Amino acid sequence: MKKTLILTTALVGLAFPALADVTVMSWGGAYGAAQTEGHLKPFTAATGIATTMVDSDNPATPIKAMVEANNVTIDVASLEYADAVRLCDEGVLEPFDASILPAGKDGTPAAEDFLPGAVTECAVSTDIWATVFAYDTTKFPDGGPTTAADFFDTAKFPGKRGVKKGAKAVLEFALMADGVAPADVYATLSTPEGVDRAFAKLDSIKADIVWWEAGAQPPQLLADGEVAMTMAYNGRIFNAAIAEAKPFQIVWDGQIYENEMYAIPKGAPNMEEAKQFIAFATSTDGLRQQAQWISYGPARKSALAEPLIFNDGKTEMAPHLPTAPENMKNALESNWEFWVDRDAELNERFNAWLAAG
Amino acid sequence: MADTAPIAAAPLTTADGRPLAEALVAAQARSRRRAFLLVVPLLLFMILSFILPIGQMLHRSIYHDGFSSNAPGVSAWFAANPQGTEPDEAAFAALVEDLRTMQANRTAGEAGTRINYVLPESRSLFTKAAREAKDLQPPYREALLALDPKWGDPVLWEAMRASASPYTFDFYIVATDFERAGDGSIVRVTENRQIYVYLFIKTFLLSGLITLICLVIGFPVAHLLATLPMAKANLLMILVLLPFWTSLLVRTTSWMALLQGEGVINDLLVWIGAISQEGRLRMINNQTGTIIVMTHILLPFMILPLYSVMRVIPPSYARAARSLGATSWTTFRRIYLPQTLPGIGAGALLVFILAVGYYITPALVGGADGQLISNLIDFHMDKSNWSLAAALSAMLLVGVLVLYWLYDRLIGIDNLKLG
Amino acid sequence: MALPTYATPLERLWYYAFRVICVLIFIFLIAPVLVVIPLSFNAEPYFTFTPKMLALDPEGYSLRWYDALLTLGMPAPDGVRDSAWWAQAWETSTWIRAAKNSIIIGFWSTILATVLGTLAALGLSRPEMPYRRLIMAILISPMIVPIIIIATGLFFFYSNPCAPLAIVGIEAQCGRLTSTYLGVILAHATLGIPFVIITVTATLSGFDQSLTRAAASLGANPRVTFFKVILPLILPGVISGALFAFVTSFDEVVAVLFIAGPEQQTIPRQMWNGIREAISPAILAVATILVIISILLLATVELLRRRSERLRGVSPH
Repeated sequence: MKKTLILTTALVGLAFPALADVTVMSWGGAYGAAQTEGHLKPFTAATGIATTMVDSDNPATPIKAMVEANNVTIDVASLEYADAVRLCDEGVLEPFDASILPAGKDGTPAAEDFLPGAVTECAVSTDIWATVFAYDTTKFPDGGPTTAADFFDTAKFPGKRGVKKGAKAVLEFALMADGVAPADVYATLSTPEGVDRAFAKLDSIKADIVWWEAGAQPPQLLADGEVAMTMAYNGRIFNAAIAEAKPFQIVWDGQIYENEMYAIPKGAPNMEEAKQFIAFATSTDGLRQQAQWISYGPARKSALAEPLIFNDGKTEMAPHLPTAPENMKNALESNWEFWVDRDAELNERFNAWLAAG
Repeated sequence: MADTAPIAAAPLTTADGRPLAEALVAAQARSRRRAFLLVVPLLLFMILSFILPIGQMLHRSIYHDGFSSNAPGVSAWFAANPQGTEPDEAAFAALVEDLRTMQANRTAGEAGTRINYVLPESRSLFTKAAREAKDLQPPYREALLALDPKWGDPVLWEAMRASASPYTFDFYIVATDFERAGDGSIVRVTENRQIYVYLFIKTFLLSGLITLICLVIGFPVAHLLATLPMAKANLLMILVLLPFWTSLLVRTTSWMALLQGEGVINDLLVWIGAISQEGRLRMINNQTGTIIVMTHILLPFMILPLYSVMRVIPPSYARAARSLGATSWTTFRRIYLPQTLPGIGAGALLVFILAVGYYITPALVGGADGQLISNLIDFHMDKSNWSLAAALSAMLLVGVLVLYWLYDRLIGIDNLKLG
Repeated sequence: MALPTYATPLERLWYYAFRVICVLIFIFLIAPVLVVIPLSFNAEPYFTFTPKMLALDPEGYSLRWYDALLTLGMPAPDGVRDSAWWAQAWETSTWIRAAKNSIIIGFWSTILATVLGTLAALGLSRPEMPYRRLIMAILISPMIVPIIIIATGLFFFYSNPCAPLAIVGIEAQCGRLTSTYLGVILAHATLGIPFVIITVTATLSGFDQSLTRAAASLGANPRVTFFKVILPLILPGVISGALFAFVTSFDEVVAVLFIAGPEQQTIPRQMWNGIREAISPAILAVATILVIISILLLATVELLRRRSERLRGVSPH
C-alpha cells in the first residue's frame, strides 16, 4: 500500500513539469551537448536561474503542437532558419525585441555585429552550420575525393554513399555536383528541368546510397564501414574526427550552410527568463563558448575577433568552421524562402522517387 | 370440464401474482441490463481513449480553417459569386483587406500554408503580400498583380475558392495523387509526383507477399507441432512462443546485427567462401530487410491459428484415404488441406491485417524502398501537414476495417487466440 | 507423426526432408532471439562475432556494454563505486530512469486494462449479453487498427481533450495529456485491453455458469459470488491477460514517440533512439535483459495455462 502511495505521488508530481526555470528544446547528440555546455550551464552559473535541456528530433514539430493546444512547456527552442521564419509567420513564435541583444565585446552595436540575416523578427542566430560530405581516409589511401562531383563518381571512388533522407540540401548538393554554380542553384531548382536534373544526378548513384535521418548517424555509418563517404553535418564529423580521433576528412566543396536560431514559442511559461537566456547565449561570449564544443561558426563578427580553441585546449577552430574563407570557395547559403514554399512539393517528389526503388 | 376453461384462460402467474411471461421478460431484461452494465465502464473508457480520438483525427482530414478563418472577406466573396466568376475588383479589395488583417494577426503564414498544400509556392505569395498590404492603393487588382503576377493565376483563385470553406476534400484529392486545375477540374499530378496510390498498392502487395511467406513456412511447422506427441509439441511450441513474447525492438535489433553489411550472416558467408569480401549482400535498409524481419515478427500469428485447427483434425481420415489407394500427395491435397482452410484463413487474414499497418520495422530496417504507408503518415505528421496525414490514415483505416469485418464474418472474433 | 510402414522410398525421403525443413524454420524463429545474448558480451564495439569470441578466448568477452548501460547519462560515470555513486546512478542513469518509467507506466496501464477488461469479459461471456458481437469487435479493435493511426489520434486529442465538446457548442480548454504519465498510461491501457478480453473470455468459455447460480441459491450475494467462486476459477486467465497487457505496454514505442514527453522516456523509446542514432552493443545488452524477462514471462504464462486447464477439468489434447 505504501509503495502504491509513493507511485501515485510520483505520478501526480511528474504530471506537471517544474516551473520557474528555463527549458530549452534542442536536437540532442553532440549539438545538444554543446549547447548545454556552452549556454545552459554558464547561464545558470551567471544568473542562478535553473535550466533544463530537452531533446527532440526536430523542435519545430512539438512547438507547433504545443502552441496550437495553448499549453506551452518550453521556453526556448533551437530551430532551423526556414522553420524559424515559417513558425514566426504562422504566429507560433513570440516576436523578439532585438534591442535587448547586448553589444559586441568590442563595443560594436548588436545590429552591426551580427552577420546579415542572423537576427530575424522572432529569432536570433546561435551558430552557422553546414551540410558537407566526409569520407574515411583509410578507404582511399591514394588520395580521397576533393569535389562535390567526386561524391557521385563511384567509378573513381568506389564504395557506398551515405545521404540524408530528405529533399532539402540533397537536391542543391546534387546540382552543384553537376556543375551548377552556387548562385544559380535555386534559380535552376525553381524550374521543372532543374528538379529533373537534380534527380537525374541522384539516380546515378541511387543503388549505392545508404540513407540516414538523424544527425548522429553519418559518423556512425563511416565508423562501421557501412559507407565510404557520406553527407553529414560538419560539426558531427568534426567531433568524431577530433574528439574521437576517427580518420574522417571533410570535403567543403559544395557545402550548404545556414543559421541555427533560438526562438521563444508564443505563451512560453518563463518569457522574461527566456529573453534573458537568448541575450546571454547570443552575446559574444555565449557564441564563443558554444563554438568551443562543436565546429559551428558564431554569427557575430566580434566572436571571431580572437582565435577560437576547441575544448581539447589545442585545436584551432577557425579552419573547421563553415564560414572560414577557404571553406567558402564553392559554398551555398540555404535559401529558406525557397524551402518554406517548395518543401511539401519537392519532398512529395523525393518520396515518390525513393519509393520507386 | 366446465371449470378447466377458466384455468386455461387465466395466465400463469408467479408466486407474487404477476403473469409469468411478463415476469420472465422482466427478468431477462434485468439480466441483459446487468450483463451490459459490466461492459459499460470499459466501453466508456474506449470511447474516450480510442473512438473519440480517432474520430476527431478523421474530422481533421476534411476540416482545415487555416484560410477560411483568416480570410473572411474573400471567403464571403466566393460564397456570393459562383464558380467560374472572374475575380473582380471587389474580390481583390476583399483580399487586400484580409491580407492586412493577416499581417496584424500574424496569420499570413497559416493562410498561405493552407493554399500551399494544394498549390506549391503560394505560401510566400501570401507572406510577402501581407507585409506590403498596408501600402497598397486601389485599384487593388493592378496593385497586387504588380507585386506578383501570380495573383492573377486562375489556379490560385481556384485553390482559394476550395479553401474558403473549412470543410474540404482537398486532402483526399492530394492523398490520391490528384490536384485541382485552373478551371476547377481535378486532374492527376505528374507521374514523378505520384506516390500515395503507389505506396498503398505497394503496402498491400508487400503485406500479401509477407502473408504468403508466413503461410508457406508456417504450415509445415504447425503441421509438425500438431502431429507430434503432446509433450514434444509443447517443448517445440516454446520456440514459436518465445519470439512472440520478445520485444519487437529486440527482434529488430538482432536482425540488424544479423543482416547488416558487416553483420553475422555476411561474415559467415564470407568465411565459408560463398561470397567475396566485396560482394557482401545487402539484406537490410531496403525492401528485403522489411520482408525478412516482418516475416519473422508475424510468423507466430500464422502458426498459432494453424496449429489450433490442425490439432483437432482426426488422423483417421488421412489413413482412410491412404487405405483406399490415394497417394500421399492426393491425401494431402484432397483430404488434409481442405480441413486446414479455417486455420489458413484465420492466420492469413490476421497476418495481413497486422502487416498493412506496420510502422516500426519498416522505419528501422526498410531504408528507402522498404517503407510502407504508415511511414508516410508519420512523415506528414513530422512536417505538420496534419490534415494530409489524417486523410491517409482514414484511407488506411477503411482498408483495415474492411479486412477486420471480413475476419469477423469468416472466422469470428471470438476465435482469436493468443498462444 | 511416425513414418507408416507402408511408406514408399520417396515418402521416406520426404519424411526426412520435411524434418530438416522444420528444423531450419525453427532456427529462423529462434536464432534472432538468442543471437543477441553472446553478442552483448563482445569486448569490441562491433555487432558481430570477433575471432577471439569464436575461439572462446575469455579476452574476447566482457561486461563493458552492461556497464555502459548503467553509466549512460551519469554526470560522473567513472567515480568510485560507493553507495553515493550507486544512489546517483539510481537517480540519473538514463537507462535506469527509462526502466523506472517503463515499470510505472506498465504497472498502472496493466491495472486499468485488467480491471476494466475483466469486468467487461464477465459481461460478454453471459449468454444474454446484447449486441455481443459488435461490442466485442469494438473492444478488440485496438489490436487491429494500425498503431500509427491510434497514436496520431491520441496526439491531437491529448493536446486538448476538451476540443470534441465543440460539437455541442462548448469551446473549452482543459489542460493537456501529452507529455504526462497519465496520457501514456491511458494510451497503453487501451492497447492492452484486447489481450485481457481475449484471454479472460477464453477462460470463461469453459466456465460452468451453473456454479454462480449454485452460489446464488446458497445465499451468496453477487460480490461474494464473484470473489469466492468466479475469480479463483478465472484467475489464471486474468493473470495471463494482465501479463499480455504489461508486455504490450513494456514493448510499446509508437504511442510513446507521439504523446510522451522527455520525462516519460521508456526503455523502448530509449532503444529506438539508440537504434536510429548509434547502434552500439549497449543496445544488445538491453536486448539480452529483455529476452531474459520474456523467457520468464513466457514460463509464467505457460504454467498458468496448464493450471487453468487442470482447474477447469479441460485436459490437454
